[in-house]
Formats: sequence, C-alpha cells, structure tokens
Amino acid sequence: MASKVIHAIYTDDDILLQAVKQVRAGRYHIAEIYTPFPVHGLDKAMGLEPTRLAITSFLYGLVGLAVAIVMMNYMMIEDWPQDIGGKPSFSFLSNLPAFVPIIFELTVFFAAHLMVITFYMRSKLWPFKEAENPDVRTTDDHFLMEIDVEDHDVNQLSKFLYDTGALEINLIDNK
Amino acid sequence: MIVGAIGLIYAFVAAPSTIEEVKEMMADDTSHGSSDMGIVDQDVEFANPDHAEGDHILVDDHDNEHYEHLLHQLQNKPWAALYIAAFFFFMIALGTLVFYALQYAAQAGWSPVLFRVMEGITAYLLPGSIIIFIILVLSGLHLNHLFIWMDPEVVAHDKIIQNKSGYLNVPFFLIRALIYLGGWNLFRYLLRRNSLRIDEDSKDNKWFKQNFKLSAGFLVFFIVTESMMSWDWIMSLDPHWFSTLFGWYVLSSMIVSAITVIALVSIYLKSRGYLEYVNDSHIHDLAKFMFGFSIFWTYLWFSQFMLIWYSNIPEEVTYFVTRIEDYGLPFFGMVVMNFVFPILLLMNSDYKRVNLFVVMAGIIVLLGHYLDIFVMVMPATVGESWFIGIPEISAMLLFGGLFVFVVFNALTKVPLLQKGNPFIKESKHFHY
Repeated sequence: MASKVIHAIYTDDDILLQAVKQVRAGRYHIAEIYTPFPVHGLDKAMGLEPTRLAITSFLYGLVGLAVAIVMMNYMMIEDWPQDIGGKPSFSFLSNLPAFVPIIFELTVFFAAHLMVITFYMRSKLWPFKEAENPDVRTTDDHFLMEIDVEDHDVNQLSKFLYDTGALEINLIDNK
Repeated sequence: MIVGAIGLIYAFVAAPSTIEEVKEMMADDTSHGSSDMGIVDQDVEFANPDHAEGDHILVDDHDNEHYEHLLHQLQNKPWAALYIAAFFFFMIALGTLVFYALQYAAQAGWSPVLFRVMEGITAYLLPGSIIIFIILVLSGLHLNHLFIWMDPEVVAHDKIIQNKSGYLNVPFFLIRALIYLGGWNLFRYLLRRNSLRIDEDSKDNKWFKQNFKLSAGFLVFFIVTESMMSWDWIMSLDPHWFSTLFGWYVLSSMIVSAITVIALVSIYLKSRGYLEYVNDSHIHDLAKFMFGFSIFWTYLWFSQFMLIWYSNIPEEVTYFVTRIEDYGLPFFGMVVMNFVFPILLLMNSDYKRVNLFVVMAGIIVLLGHYLDIFVMVMPATVGESWFIGIPEISAMLLFGGLFVFVVFNALTKVPLLQKGNPFIKESKHFHY
C-alpha cells in the first residue's frame, strides 16, 4: 500500500523546534526528522520516549563484572594458582585488590561495547548500509521533517507547514 | 526585593537557631567530656612522676607500660574527637570555597543562583580556621599528644623522625599553618567582598573579572597548600608513613562533602521557599557532582590502598594493617557508605532530581566522610581504643551547631541572588 509523506525543509534549528511543537499541536504525525547535528530538546518536543539504552548499559556492566570475577577466579586461583604480590594465599578474596583494576576495566568494556552494538542493532545500522536520509542537504545545513499525510488534505497540510516556516515542501510517494 | 529577601531570611534564622540551641545543649556534653579528660590528665600526671608506685586500679593485672600507653590513648581520645569534628566542618567550608572559585574560574553559567549559598557556607572558614589553629597551637604546647613527633622524647629515640625534623618541627609547623589559613581566609574575604560589589555596580563586569582572576589565583595557591596541609595536619599523625597521593585523597573527601552540603542547604532553603530560581536542574547538577566525586574518592582510596598492599613494604603497610585489624568496620563501612550507596542511589538520572534521594544520599555521604576523617586520625592517636561515643558525637554536634549557626547567619545578611552576575540570567533559565 502506497502511503504519502510530505518532506518539509527548514534551515534553522530554532524554527524547526517551534514547527515541531506546532505540527504536533495540529495533530499531524511526524514520521521522522533528519538533522545535520543533534538538536537539543528535539526528542522532548517530538514526544519520543526516553531511551532505555542506559538500563541495558547497566545490565551489560553487571555482566562484565560477573565475567571478570569468574575469569580471574578461574585463571589466577583455580586453573593455575598464582603467587600474587608475594602473598601465596591462593584465595580469591585475599587477592581481590589485584583483580579490582581488571574487574573495573572489563565492566567498562562490556558496558561500552555492548551498548554501542545494541544501539546499532536498534537503529538498524550495519557496515555498508545504504544511507536512508532522503535529501543529502540534511547532512549539511538543512533540517527535514517527514510528516505522514494519512487522510489529511494535502493542500491544507502544505499551507500549515508553510506557515510554520518551512522553506520547501515536497509530496513524496512511498512505494 | 532586598528588603523582602532580608525579611524572609530573617524568618528562618529562628528555625536553625532552635536546632542550634538543641545542639548546644547536647554539646554541653563536650565540656563534660573535656573535664573528664582533665581528670584523666591528672591521673597521668600523678602516674608519671612516680613510675614505681604506678597506678592504683588495674596495676596488678597489667603491665605498667601498657597501662600507661592505654592511658595516653584514652587521654588523646577527646582531643582527637574534637580535632576530627573541627577539621571535618572546616574542610566543608574550605571545599565549598574551592567549588565556588571553580565556578568563577570556569565562568560557569548554571551555578550563579547558588553563589550566595556557597558564600554562606564559606563563612564558616574563619571561625573554623581559628579553632583548628588553636588546637594545633595547643598540640604545639604539648597540652595534648595528637602529634607524636612534637614530643622531644619520642624524637630522641626515633631516627626516622629525626631525619624529618627539618620539616616536622613545631615553629615551622605553626608558621605553615598560619600561611595556609591566612591565605585561604584572605582569598575568601576578597572573593566575598567583590561578590557583593558585583551587585552594586557591574560596569563592564569589573568585579566579576576581578573575581575570575582571584579565583584562578586561589585555585593555584590552594592546590599547593591543601596538599601540604593534609601532610601536616593528618599525614604527620603517622610520622613514619607517607603516601604521595594523600593530598588528593583529602581533597576528594573535602570536595564531595562540600558539594553535598551545598546541595543539602540549597534543598533546605528551597523547601522553605527562599531560592525561587533554583530548579531541579540545579539540584541535578549538584547530585551529578556528588556522584562523580564519590567515585573519584573511591578511586583514590583504592589507588592508595592497592599500591601499598601490592608492594607490601613494612613501614608503609602498617598503616593499613592497623586500619583493617583494629578499624575493620569503619574502614570498610565507609567504602559502602561513600561508594556503593551513592553509586546505586544516584546512578539513575531521574533520582538525581528527586530531593528525597539527594538528601538521603547526602546524609550517608557526609557520615561516610566523617568516618573517613575518623579513620585517618584515630588509629594514629588512640590506637585500638577507639569508640564512637559521647566525645565524638558531642564534638560533632558542637561544631555542627556552630557550623549551622554561622552559615545560616551569613545567609541572612545579603539577598540570596547575586543579581549583578553576568551569567545570572542563564543560570535562572538553566534547564537540562
């Protein structure tokens, strides 16, 4: 089913923010916004849910913590007991200070890398992926708002968008 | 508006001053504590001249020397308690001054609405310095035995301290203390004076620029003197032991306690309706600093511990051996209070905006850093006969009361908004 979208192009992030508020107040549905740089407060203006990435990061950190503890215990205590710092106690707890830096680093490593990978997966990004942005100017100095036409009147919607400060309005057929 | 602010502020003097009275009442215990100490003192003086006769009570069971040792420790205990509490609150005022200077030096846009709160807290710097200095002078006069290197008899039998006596001697020690305290108080005085002038006339932001330069100068002066101060006042309690990052370690404790107090005072004043421009984004930022500096403290705590643990050099490692064997609970308890608790509570971004969580974390962090100073001072001065009892708690209440009184009194003196600050508009609209 072919759906129609309107691409409205803005050249200023403040005007864009204002426009987003007006469009939402006008009960139109914003499908996506393409910007050349992160616009502060845009997510709140668009009414996007707060990210859950932080929670996954915390969980990955816990995984890293556990992996590091198990790993150090296996390597240094069980499989090949080491005399650490001239203290041959061969117990995990007594040697804990020596392991803390590794545990810390692995916690950070797991949290950071897995968080980035999660972010890529959620945003459907992978190497050699074709760019999705509809207009190359959005990588330079233009802001593009994509609005679902749904069953609104196209002319009325265009007029509305023009009033919000859009410089260019295109009707696009999605196949 | 000024009249309104003064009127409003006058109203809440009543509240803290009643708390103050309660605290003063509790603090009376301290004087009892010190009179007790006086009695113990006399005991020792009786005991010392006639060694042969020894002491009257437990002498049969105990070795004379051991008993005397114990007496020395007990005799030190109220002094140490006094010193810890005095230093703790002094440290908060000093840390706040540092944080305040940092805001100027960084030309921070978010914080100017909190400047008056910070200035109010730094008002305790002067009384705190005087108290600390008096305690140090009394130590120098051998009225107490906090610093064993001050005792000529100990030095005579101690080669290591002898070698250090070029630095660790009473006159130089007191001169250094005067330089640190004098310098800090001078900077505090000038910063405060200029800060008030910013309100009066801010032509070309002259006084703001002046404060910017002063702050930068203060930070340089401070980082050198703070390091030396922590060697002098705390590290020299264990004159054989040394740690090169000790100054940083004390600094981290200082900064995190100071920021916590700024946050607590701001929340209190806000709840009473005085700081109309402080919103939860400001609290959020303070909580971020609390969180960050708690981790910084843990990092330094652990770095100091791990290197010494790893190398296992006897003269260094004894420091931690005493702390772990005799002070196991406070030593590890404070890691829980200063690290695990704030990190879990303040990790969530939304929790940092909820006053209840910030206050809870703040109280635990403050107690934790009191314990931190406790564990720094006590093992060297009283050894294994430590206890958090009446002298410690009442000393805390005494200085706590004085601190609250001075701080809130200072807050009433001027309007709580520095309206001439060029960043004040940005700060009012600060929103995260």
